[in-house]
Amino acid sequence: MKPRAALLAVLALAATVARAEIPEAERRSGYHDMGPSVQAMQDDDAANPGTLWLLQGEALWDRRQGAAAKSCADCHGAASGLAGVAARYPAFSGVSSRPIDLEQRINLCRTDNQKADAWAYESRELLSLSAYVARQSRDLPIAPPADPRLAPFLAAGADLFARRQGQLNLSCAQCHDDNHGKKLAAATIPQAHPTGYPIYRLEWQSLGSLQRRLRNCLIGMRAEPYAYGAPEYVDLELYLMSRARGMPLEAPGVRP
Amino acid sequence: MSNALIRLPKSVKRGEVFEVKTLIQHPMETGFRAGANGTMIPRDIIEEFLCTYNGVEVFRLKMSSAIAANPFVSFFTTATETGVLFFRWTGDNGFKMEETASITVA
Repeated sequence: MKPRAALLAVLALAATVARAEIPEAERRSGYHDMGPSVQAMQDDDAANPGTLWLLQGEALWDRRQGAAAKSCADCHGAASGLAGVAARYPAFSGVSSRPIDLEQRINLCRTDNQKADAWAYESRELLSLSAYVARQSRDLPIAPPADPRLAPFLAAGADLFARRQGQLNLSCAQCHDDNHGKKLAAATIPQAHPTGYPIYRLEWQSLGSLQRRLRNCLIGMRAEPYAYGAPEYVDLELYLMSRARGMPLEAPGVRP
Repeated sequence: MSNALIRLPKSVKRGEVFEVKTLIQHPMETGFRAGANGTMIPRDIIEEFLCTYNGVEVFRLKMSSAIAANPFVSFFTTATETGVLFFRWTGDNGFKMEETASITVA
């Protein structure tokens, strides 16, 4: 019995690891699944409500804050110097001994370098600054770092993506790998590539982070969402970015 | 803190019809939603948006609860003289936001 159980376990593991990702040529941003009016809204900076957050982000970039009275610009110079940064987060943090996402990186800069309080998740300030930093990487391809320290967290994220959970007993992969392009009620199921975050969602009437979007899906499958900042979200973000590598960033995107 | 964004062409020909695009940050709370404790969240909307062109009113809009947050308003007007467009949004709780934008008529 024992070797057989071991063999089954190995097979199950192989099935998880070998889960086929969507091939690069078939990867499709949610942008292409929405109507022309919402696409036009994203494309025109004057109509994209995310621009309002960018304005505040730009102001925050130059504002001296915290006990150190330093601004982002004092260390980083022009924000354009951060082009490509949003395309490679989450990245491994030596301080946290695990990957952190862009929002957590900003808060780490605040507490360590500016000696200021961390901003709350989904606060206007954190969304504004993360949108402003992400905007610098618009049109650049998603490029997750080839850091071996990330491997176990990437595997954990992939595992979470394929794990059935919630009262509906669904996994992320069942919709977004196996059934994308089909309909869930009236909505087209997207491939779930995090190309536009933070996004302005018309349903939210606000800008929101990828973690907020992940909560949405968890609630939809009637699972209990993790608290903001939970390591599970960052693992999942890491896997999603790896799954979308090569796709151009659109931040701040607009979605229905 | 509220932000407003105005987009219009830098320069237009006299008599030309041009588009003005405006976007403003505002929650547009309808007044019909219940909060976490069951009490109604009071209405907080922009009630009126006004635009004057060199002092002459060219556009006015009455807004209602049915308009989404962060309203985007675009309209057309005719180029007369080089000058200033003045924008004013007023609403509940003494909300008032004013912006100006200049236009060159060739």
